[in-house]
Amino acid sequence: MSGELMVFATMLRRDLQIAWRQKSDVLMSLVFFVIVASLFPLAIGPETALLQRIAPGILWVGALLAAVLSLQRMFAGDHADGSLEQMVLSPTPLYVTVAAKTVAHWLVAGLPLVLVGPVLGLQFHLEARSLGLLMVSLLLGTPVLSLVGGVGAALTLGVRGGGVLLALLILPLYVPVLIFGAGAVEADAAGLDPSGHLLLLGAMLVPGAFFAPWATTAALRISLE
Amino acid sequence: MLTFHDLACAKGERLLFKGVRCALERGAWLHVSGANGVGKTSLLRLLCGLSQPAAGVVRWDGESINALGDAWRRNLLYIGHDSGLQGMLSARENLRVASSLAGVQPSDEELACALARLGLASRADLPTRFLSQGQKRRVALARLVGSNAAVWVLDEPFVAIDGDALQVLSGLISAHLERGGLAVLTSHQAVDIPGHRGHLLELTR
Repeated sequence: MSGELMVFATMLRRDLQIAWRQKSDVLMSLVFFVIVASLFPLAIGPETALLQRIAPGILWVGALLAAVLSLQRMFAGDHADGSLEQMVLSPTPLYVTVAAKTVAHWLVAGLPLVLVGPVLGLQFHLEARSLGLLMVSLLLGTPVLSLVGGVGAALTLGVRGGGVLLALLILPLYVPVLIFGAGAVEADAAGLDPSGHLLLLGAMLVPGAFFAPWATTAALRISLE
Repeated sequence: MLTFHDLACAKGERLLFKGVRCALERGAWLHVSGANGVGKTSLLRLLCGLSQPAAGVVRWDGESINALGDAWRRNLLYIGHDSGLQGMLSARENLRVASSLAGVQPSDEELACALARLGLASRADLPTRFLSQGQKRRVALARLVGSNAAVWVLDEPFVAIDGDALQVLSGLISAHLERGGLAVLTSHQAVDIPGHRGHLLELTR
């Protein structure tokens, strides 16, 4: 195995190990998602047509907020205990470590949203086809949330009140994901072809996967100075 | 050879120090001393390349460390004030991650050996958040055992560790210097590395 791959695998494993041993942290943002999404049917009442109409938007907003909630953990712990300095001083490019941490963040914070989203959709009387589409849109969209969010998490490292600042900084950047993610399900429900929306989500993911870790490394170096 | 001339460090508007210079041959070590807050840790961070000097250049074998980039970091081992240990992971796991970041893939025996050298054999699988301050420090210092980096930059390595660990540490540094490595460390106490007289750099305001 080449050096870069070795470091990638080690760091990915490390972050997953830490997440596994701090399950409560991981569950918190997921439970938040579940509660936020469950409040709406309770507040609005059992009108099927209305619930179906608002479901994609609400589920996507919930997923966005849950993702923001989990972002701060991405680098904060490593910053506090000095691990981040070691990552920056590694002869392996920081890009590799950041990519591993981003993948770990998505597996821990993003993938559960993808899996739970359709279950929550049942509360909104979404049909099977819409549920499937919701899952696909989440699957394409949540990695973008981790990728873009990483830049914000790195920039707000060590800043007082960083959590709120991070949300203010990152939520506007999530707007395109929200529009096309929720839009895909809505378009399909309206009898339109959702593939355009999904393709646009994919088009955000591909350059994001390439450039976002790079921007995150630059932000980390600035935060550490 | 590690050299720096007229190095200055600024924190925001405030100048911490300026005109700091030194040249360290292979096999030599530097003791950075000075009052609290005078900029010892900041100097070490400049030497590592974690932050940029306000003036001056740090050179390794005549080349600026910024230009060397990853090649410089391959030669460097830095143990900062914060030990860089993840409290949820055991000493062994922490050491494995740190080694991997440094570009080496140690075997289980090598890890066990390094931890045993610092008297942590029985604590190797305990999450490090359960360890005492001194034991955490030892885990961080266990990275030195298998290190093949030429430059060791150690921030207060002698703090919190007991007499035995102190001897092990000076032994490790001494062996490192004999292999032709060099070391920069900060300490408020006099430091004795058997068989090697260090250069002293006193930072003043």
